[in-house]
Amino acid sequence: MENLHITNGQLAQWLDDMRRDGLRIFAPVAQGGKTDFKFLAEGDTVAEDYVQTAQSAKRIVLPMAEVLFSYRKHGKDIEVANPGTDRFNDTIIWKARPCDARAMRQVAEVFTRDYDDAIFEARRSHTTIVAFSCNTCDDCCFCTSVGGSPGGTEGSDILVTTLTDGGGALVEVLTPKGEGLAAKYLAGAARADGIDKQAHLADVRVLFSADEVRAKLDGAFDSPVWQEQSERCLGCGACAFVCPVCTCFDIQEDAHGARGRRIRCWDSCGFSMFTQHTSGHNPRPTQAARWRQRILHKFSYIPEKLGEAGCTGCGRCSRACPVDMNISEHLKAIAGHE
Amino acid sequence: MNNLTELANKLLGDGTATKVIGYEEAHGKTRPCFCTEAADTGRLVLDERCTNNIAVYLTKPEIVGGHKVAVTATLPVLRTMVQLAMENQLPDGTTAIVSTESGEGLAVLPTVGDMERVVAGTPLDISGKERELRERLKAMSREERWQFWLGEMSRCIKCYACRAACPLCYCTRCIVDNNCPQWIQPWASPLASMEWQISRVMHMAGRCVACGACKQACPMGIPIHLLTLSLAEDIQNEFGVAPGSVMDHGNVLSTFKPGDKEDFIR
Amino acid sequence: MSNDNNSAFEPRIIAFVCNWCTYAGADLTGTSRIKYATNVRIVRFPCTGRIDFLLLLKAFASGADGIIVSGCHPNDCHYTSGNFHARRRWMVFRSLLDTLGIDTRRIRYSWVSAAEGAKWADLVNDTVATIRELGPYNEYKKVADYLGKEAGDE
Repeated sequence: MENLHITNGQLAQWLDDMRRDGLRIFAPVAQGGKTDFKFLAEGDTVAEDYVQTAQSAKRIVLPMAEVLFSYRKHGKDIEVANPGTDRFNDTIIWKARPCDARAMRQVAEVFTRDYDDAIFEARRSHTTIVAFSCNTCDDCCFCTSVGGSPGGTEGSDILVTTLTDGGGALVEVLTPKGEGLAAKYLAGAARADGIDKQAHLADVRVLFSADEVRAKLDGAFDSPVWQEQSERCLGCGACAFVCPVCTCFDIQEDAHGARGRRIRCWDSCGFSMFTQHTSGHNPRPTQAARWRQRILHKFSYIPEKLGEAGCTGCGRCSRACPVDMNISEHLKAIAGHE
Repeated sequence: MNNLTELANKLLGDGTATKVIGYEEAHGKTRPCFCTEAADTGRLVLDERCTNNIAVYLTKPEIVGGHKVAVTATLPVLRTMVQLAMENQLPDGTTAIVSTESGEGLAVLPTVGDMERVVAGTPLDISGKERELRERLKAMSREERWQFWLGEMSRCIKCYACRAACPLCYCTRCIVDNNCPQWIQPWASPLASMEWQISRVMHMAGRCVACGACKQACPMGIPIHLLTLSLAEDIQNEFGVAPGSVMDHGNVLSTFKPGDKEDFIR
Repeated sequence: MSNDNNSAFEPRIIAFVCNWCTYAGADLTGTSRIKYATNVRIVRFPCTGRIDFLLLLKAFASGADGIIVSGCHPNDCHYTSGNFHARRRWMVFRSLLDTLGIDTRRIRYSWVSAAEGAKWADLVNDTVATIRELGPYNEYKKVADYLGKEAGDE
C-alpha cells in the first residue's frame, strides 16, 4: 500500500471522473440547513464547510429498512422468496470521517461475529470507503477519548488528508479495494514524501479515559447518576439513529392478506416501546433505565465483547439531541464519579 | 444572586413549589433543568436563548409525579400551559414564572386565569422567515408541493423527536406504537413518514401553539412546522381561531357549528 | 395531469359510507334498478364520524384512484352530530392534503340520504368520469411501494 501526494486539482478531478463514470457515490451534501450524506445526483455539490454530517454513512450497510424475505400463502402451502444478495451495486462512501470508517468495522463485528449476516456482508463487500481526515472539530467531538484520531486509518479503504496549507492532499491507500480505486483514478499521482500528516489534523482534546469510564461502570448499575443525567431526556430515537455504531433493529411484518414481507428496520433503546413486553410489563420502565442501557451497552458490554468502546466519538448524538444530552459531558461526569 | 434564583428559592421555600422546571446554560446554549432545592437554583436563566418548550415535562409522571411545579415560562411555554389546562392536563397547582413585559422584572402567575390573561394580551406573531417559507410553498403548483414534501420526507429517519419534543403530544400510547392495526408502517420511507406527519398534524389541528419545538428538535432539519403552521392558518381563516389563542369551549375538531362551511360537499 | 388513454383506464374508486343514509341510499339505487358505473367498492361504517382520515390515505396507498366519502345530510345523523364532526375534520384534512400536494380532487364528499338512490348513481358516475379524466393516481402508487423499489437498492 502506498501514500500519494495529489494537488487540489487532482482531488477535484478524481471526484469528477468517478461521477462521470456513473459510480454510485454517497457523499455529504448541504440539505435543509444541515449537511448529510446522500447519493450524488446531477447538480449536487459535495459540501465543504462542515464539521460533521447529521447522520453517519451507516445506512449503506444497514439501511433504515431491509426486506429479509417475502412470502405468499397458497392455501396451506407457503412460498418463500429470498431477495438474494446479488442485487447490490458498488458504492463509494466519499468523505466519511475517520470516526465513521472505524465505526463501520464495529458494525461489521456485530453482524458477522457469531452469525454471518449474508445481506450485510454483501452490502459491505460492495462498499468502498474513502475517508477524509478532520482538519477541524467542534465541542461535540471526542474521538481521542475513545481511542480514535482525526486522522485514524482504521476501517477506511483510502484516507485523504487535505493539507491545511493549501498544498493538495495526502492520499493513504490502505486496502486492496482502495488500491483498485487509486489505480484507476490516481494513476499519475506523485508518491508522498515527508508530509507531516499530524500537523494538518484537528486538535481534538481528550476529555476522559474510556477505560476509566468502563471501570466506573462496573458497579454503577444502581447508581443515582442515571436518574440525574436522564431527567431531561425526552425519549426520542435521534441519538441512536444518527449514531454510526448503533445497530439495534426491529423485525417487522409488512403483511397484505396472503402475501407479505419480513423487514428489518432501525430501532432505538431510547424508545419506551423498545423493551415493552406483550404482557404489558416493561423491564426498562423509565427513561433513566433506558439511558443507563445506552451508556452501559456502549461503554461496558461492547468493550467486554470487542475490547473497545461501542462509540467512536463522532459527537452526532450530542448535536442531534433536542435537549442537549451531551454524551461526553455525561461520560466525563461518570469517569469522575465516586 | 439574581432575581430568578431569589424568586425560585422563595417559591421552593414557602411551599408554592417543590420543583422548578427551568433553563440552564450549557455549551453556549440553554437546555431544560430541574431544581428541587435552593442549592440548584443558581444556574437558572430565562432569556431569549431559551427556546426549548419545557412544558413538555408537565405531562410526564416521572418528572412531575408527587411534585408541585413552578415553570419558568417563555411566551410559547405559557401558551402551551394554557392549552394543557384547557385539556385538563396541567397538574394542579402549577405556577408559572414569567418575565414582565418590560423584560426587566419577573412575575409569578399562580393560576391558569392569570396565565390566560397574559396569553390573551399577547397574540402570536409568526416570524417573517416562517411567513416567507409558507408563501413560497403556496406559490408552488400542487405537483411541485408533492415533490417538495416527498423530498423532505425521504430524509426523515423516524426518530420521533418531533413527537417527543412536542408538549401537546402527550398520549401514553401513540398511534404509531400500536400494531393492531398497524396504521402506519414503522420503518422510515417517504410515504410512511408523510402519513406519520399527517397523523401528527391532524392531531394537532386547532391545538398547536406554534412554538416550533418540532422543527427545532428534528435532527434532519425537515421544516415540519410548516405543516402545523399552514393548518393553523387555515383554521384561523375557517373558524376564526388564532393559533395559541385561549379557547374555553373545546378544540376546533371536538366542536362544531351547524352552519360550518360545506361548499366542498355536494 | 390528464389521462390520454381514457379507454384503457378503469378507475378504482373506494366509497366510505355511513350505514344509515348513504349505504341505504346505495341499496335503493340497486332496488330501483338504476344503472351506474361498476368502478366503486363500498365500505360501510356506522357513521361518517367514524371514518378516520387514515382510512382515506390507506385507500390511496392500496391503489385507489379516487375516493367517495358520504353520509347523512346535516341534522339527519343517526347519532345526532357525527356528520357535523366529520365535516370539520374533512375541512381541516382537505387543507392539509393540499399543503402536502396530495390531489384533493380525487376525494369526493357528499351527503346522500336513504331516499336518494338516484343521487348516489349520479355521484358515482360523476366521480368515475372525473377520475377517468384525471387518470390513474400513479404519483401516489409510485411511492407506496418504497421497499420494493428504492430501499432495496440502497
